[in-house]
Amino acid sequence: MASPTTSDTQAPNSFRAGPDDHGFFGLYGGRFVAETLMPLILELEQAYEAAKNDAGFQAELRDLLEHYGGRPSPLYFAERLTEHLKGAKIYFKRDELNHTGSHKINNCLGQIQLARRMGKTRIIAETGAGQHGVAVATVCARFGLPCEIYMGATDVARQSPNVARMHMLGAKVHSVTSGAGTLKDSMNEALRDWVTNVRDTYYIIGTAAGPHPYPAMVRDFQAVIGNEVRKQMQEREGRLPDTLVAAIGGGSNAIGLFYPFLDDKSVKIYGVEAAGHGIDVPNGHNASMTGGRPGVLHGNRTYLIQDEDGQILEGHSISAGLDYPGVGPEHSWLKDTGRVSYVPITDKEALDAFQLCAKLEGIIPALEPSHALAYVQKLAPTLPKDDLLVMNMCGRGDKDVFAVAGYLGMKI
Amino acid sequence: MPSQTPPQTRIDRCFAALKREGRPAFVTFVTAGDPDYETSKAILLGLPEAGADVIEIGMPFSDPMADGPAVQASSLRALQAGQTMKRTLQLVREFRAKDNLTPIILMGYYNPIYVYPSAAFLDEARDSGVDGMIVVDVPPEADEELCLPAMERGLSFIRLATPTTDDKRLPAVLANTSGFVYYVSITGITGAAAPVVSDVRAQVARIKRSTPLPVVVGFGVRTPEQAKTLADCADGVVVGSALVEAIRTTLGPDGKAGPDTISSVHRIVQNLAAGLRGAASRV
Ligand SMILES: Cc1ncc(COP(=O)(O)O)c(C=O)c1O
Repeated sequence: MASPTTSDTQAPNSFRAGPDDHGFFGLYGGRFVAETLMPLILELEQAYEAAKNDAGFQAELRDLLEHYGGRPSPLYFAERLTEHLKGAKIYFKRDELNHTGSHKINNCLGQIQLARRMGKTRIIAETGAGQHGVAVATVCARFGLPCEIYMGATDVARQSPNVARMHMLGAKVHSVTSGAGTLKDSMNEALRDWVTNVRDTYYIIGTAAGPHPYPAMVRDFQAVIGNEVRKQMQEREGRLPDTLVAAIGGGSNAIGLFYPFLDDKSVKIYGVEAAGHGIDVPNGHNASMTGGRPGVLHGNRTYLIQDEDGQILEGHSISAGLDYPGVGPEHSWLKDTGRVSYVPITDKEALDAFQLCAKLEGIIPALEPSHALAYVQKLAPTLPKDDLLVMNMCGRGDKDVFAVAGYLGMKI
Repeated sequence: MPSQTPPQTRIDRCFAALKREGRPAFVTFVTAGDPDYETSKAILLGLPEAGADVIEIGMPFSDPMADGPAVQASSLRALQAGQTMKRTLQLVREFRAKDNLTPIILMGYYNPIYVYPSAAFLDEARDSGVDGMIVVDVPPEADEELCLPAMERGLSFIRLATPTTDDKRLPAVLANTSGFVYYVSITGITGAAAPVVSDVRAQVARIKRSTPLPVVVGFGVRTPEQAKTLADCADGVVVGSALVEAIRTTLGPDGKAGPDTISSVHRIVQNLAAGLRGAASRV
């Protein structure tokens, strides 16, 4: 081979084969956790493998997703947005219509079933936007398990409707004041709880990141999104979509949409990262793949926003769900292999898209998919009219209305 | 293949000498650069005389996931005072220029090492006079990443064994460990609940059946009495949170080192050392 540096980034035979036995997607992923957690991580991997191949587990999960979660979610032709942008034919995958208002419930229903199978009696989770926290609190209420949620103090303030929901569902919410009080800090605190209560506690990680097997497991639970899109698009248009767009926080809604299409070469795929105040503003964004470099945090190797010394930066995004300086390891690998394009969208662009969607489509999106939408605004006009574009509308904006009203200077 | 009898390191010599003296090792932990470089250097230089046998130096990290509030705050103080990995190695070099006996163990998290990058960091650590490393988030499953390269350079890679390290896992944890084994006395973070002595005794005995290496106990040790009781069931104890708390409580109103910062750390170390010297090495 001419250059050894290409070995990690060569196009593989399949983009759907990862991770390897040690939990790596090429260079990324792995199990970088303290010894106290290692035995549990290994036990979780075994339990998940067994559940995955258990028809009973899968049937139960399908039933819950349908009758409790509200799946399948519709594939909606966004007619007025399509007319407005004068390009690709735009569809929304409407995961914001799920029970609890986002894609997070898909993963939580899977993991709560696994926790019960493993005999765990206490559930913890981190949350940024609070959508994952609400979904966890919901499944814990549904299955009668005590639940504690770690949420950064900054996020408690900007996503207050979700804090109230978690309380009403019976969860205990810890406001985390370390760091910038955002998703990274809540994850640190959840890991500290887990290491302390490792014997009885199950940690429901909310995105496709963390130590193996979480990235693969969360992806598998979220892949229902892409699998439905495949079927629905076939029914609507008689073929595969041409273009996929999704927002990237840790990357769970995105990998859920992308994964079933990774080996379909004709499908172009875009992941949209939070560029905050702008990609050139130091520590002013959380576009870890566009503006970061590989490192190790929260159990996995992946692209991270960090300084020269390897200290992790807080970064910034208007969207609490994207305000995380890392990303799931599979995305890091998909970036290096070139299979997926990762693009930045600023706070301002996302706010504009938020308003456009509300006015044109009568859908108030969450700030997270507003980032995806802002990129659709740029991309769609450059595509032919017969290009079938699917954007993951992964959450509704109810949680954001007060914060957005504040940014826009509205009186309510 | 690592040989069974590696050349004697400072760590090996230290534990052998303690064994001859019949007393347990007193291992102290402070964070490099806390609350500032010069104060930290003065604290470190005075530790051996105050009674520390082995010094663990924390490499500050923005996200110390295995640490409780005291060490988190200490890490943050150091970073705010401008501590970096380079300056931590510099601190070790300055210590070594004055003390060529006391073993130095760097303790921290993987990311700052990984981006240094690892090979260069290990080279410089060895050249600075570092004897061993504890990297919390690199388990034996990832030995090729850091542990084996460290061993190739003659650095000990000290593993944490924990209450969840069962018999099935223990051989993997011990396989490439050298210097000593650090038994984490609780499931939890540094500075948390006090360990239950009977549990620690049983666990240390279990580990010692599987390795000839010394076993030291850490996490949650604060008082001389506690240190003495725990030292009775192991080859040494580690005290960290209590020392960095002493730094915090002696800071001036501006958050900078106060007049008593250095001496108060040394006084606690003296008291703990006196307590420990009342304990005979056991096991
Ligand atoms: C609606 C919504 N979308 C996206 C995200 C980001 O997470 P992920 O990238 O894992 O989908 C969040 C996280 O809180 C969210 O609430």
